[in-house]
Amino acid sequence: MSTVLTPVVEVPAPARPGAGLPGRAWAWAWPKLLAIGLVLAVWEALVWTGWRPEYVLPGPATVLAALAEMLGTPKFWQAVATTLTRAVIGFAVALVVGTLVGILVARIRPLRLAVGALITGLQTMPSISWFPLAILLFGLNERAIMFVVVLGAAPSIANGVISGIDHVPPAFTRLGRVLGAGPLAQYRFITLPAALPAYVAGLTQGWAFAWRSLMAGELLVIIAGRPSLGANLEFARQFSQADRLLATMLVVLVIGMVVDGVFAAASRRIRRRWGLSEA
Amino acid sequence: MTGAVVDLREEELPAGSAAPVALAVRGASRVFPTPRGPVHALAGVDLSVAHGEFVAVVGASGCGKSTLLNLVADLDRATSGTVERADRVSLMFQDATLLPWLSARSNVELALRLRGVARAERRLEAERLLALVRLHGAADRHPHELSGGMRQRVALARCLAQGTRIVAMDEPLGALDAMTRDHLHDEIERIASEQRLTILFVTHNMREAVRLADRVVLMAHGRIIHEQVVGLPRPRVMDSAEVATRAADLTARLRSSEGAA
Ligand SMILES: Nc1ncnc2c1ncn2[C@@H]1O[C@H](COP(=O)(O)OP(=O)(O)OP(=O)(O)O)[C@@H](O)[C@H]1O
Ligand SMILES: [Mg+2]
Repeated sequence: MSTVLTPVVEVPAPARPGAGLPGRAWAWAWPKLLAIGLVLAVWEALVWTGWRPEYVLPGPATVLAALAEMLGTPKFWQAVATTLTRAVIGFAVALVVGTLVGILVARIRPLRLAVGALITGLQTMPSISWFPLAILLFGLNERAIMFVVVLGAAPSIANGVISGIDHVPPAFTRLGRVLGAGPLAQYRFITLPAALPAYVAGLTQGWAFAWRSLMAGELLVIIAGRPSLGANLEFARQFSQADRLLATMLVVLVIGMVVDGVFAAASRRIRRRWGLSEA
Repeated sequence: MTGAVVDLREEELPAGSAAPVALAVRGASRVFPTPRGPVHALAGVDLSVAHGEFVAVVGASGCGKSTLLNLVADLDRATSGTVERADRVSLMFQDATLLPWLSARSNVELALRLRGVARAERRLEAERLLALVRLHGAADRHPHELSGGMRQRVALARCLAQGTRIVAMDEPLGALDAMTRDHLHDEIERIASEQRLTILFVTHNMREAVRLADRVVLMAHGRIIHEQVVGLPRPRVMDSAEVATRAADLTARLRSSEGAA
């Protein structure tokens, strides 16, 4: 039998998934769904092997049921609200402090020599090691948590500012001079916009450190009558509620990822606008 | 060297009344210290440009043209010698140097803004300048979405937006097709004469220099080796016989001195 020749006709392609909005949503979602599926499968397999008894390591179904139940309680939402409030305030303070310090250090040479290396040192220091001191200084209260969250996030933000300002292409600075920009205008129209991508990278990293410091803080500094996600983790451990513990961990993971996603989207947008990346 | 400075001053004084000097470079040298030893980018350049004069600078790559423009625009200091200018100098960079986070229009508007033009006028003026360089359709595009020649034209529009009376241009039309270039020759010539601009114009194209300039300055190895007043009647056509002959003559001079050095 001879080969069947398929007629060469341009068949109008059926609406490709990837075209419209649903298509794009799918393109965005499927790698994440796949990742979640993989995690659930490994987790379930681990439970099946009987490596640890179910009451220590419950399976996904049990944990998701506990999560669903938790989502229905006002106490859980109170905890989320406390934690998020702390995160937002702590990050906001770190943003102001880090930005100001960054600008000062980038501008003033002696300051740069004095504290430039110190900032990087702080950045590499695990923020949890500040807690004993913070508790001594402030007691077991909000201020101790804030102190450590700010210390965790501010150095990254400051470093973002500094590296952004350091790496402004000299050609742009020269252009500013040719355009007759005074020092302030030079800063506003050239230096700051040129430094923005590095600044956003610093903010992204600062957020990650703030979130980590906050969880560490909430585990160590438990304030009576103020439920938080960290405190919930600790209580779940104390009462051996493994399902609630894992469910709370999932919530911590998801919040961290969502916020990071926001930063990543902002960063992509800026990079695209600045012509730093394709597409 | 000091002698040269005095001589020039004496020359200028009588001429000062008729054609006052907009730019005066006197005995300017620029030495770049490098790990491989000093590079003498400029070795004693004397050049004065009268108000409203159009001077083209031609020379081989690396002969010091951009270095000279940087001194003139006050972006760099001469190792020895002086530069005097009657007004701020706007410089159009060899590589356009557009700000990547601004659209073409906003790049032009920034120059207007820094010059103190009111917000309401900026937009219209930017549109006008972009239309002048035939880019009205691309006003909202960002630099990375423009071709090399388009970027150069935005830089040209921005340079004109600065509104200074002295303009230095570093190979502004190097990346353009012949048609766009001819159009911009006409425009630059028109604006220069309408606004009585003083222009220092660097190019590699000798015919372009003869087409545009009142005076052509030839450079080699950090020195001015020859100056010639063009004197052909305007409007000139780049492909005309007069322009071609003059350009060939100047090119021959440049060649011989390149060979001699
Ligand atoms: N910052 C610098 N450091 C060291 N050497 C430099 C520096 N800038 C320029 N030079 C050297 O000075 C010389 C003149 O450079 P310049 O940029 O003025 O040349 P040009 O005439 O503009 O050349 P082109 O036509 O290729 O643009 C070159 O030899 C170059 O290598
Ligand atoms: Mg050059």
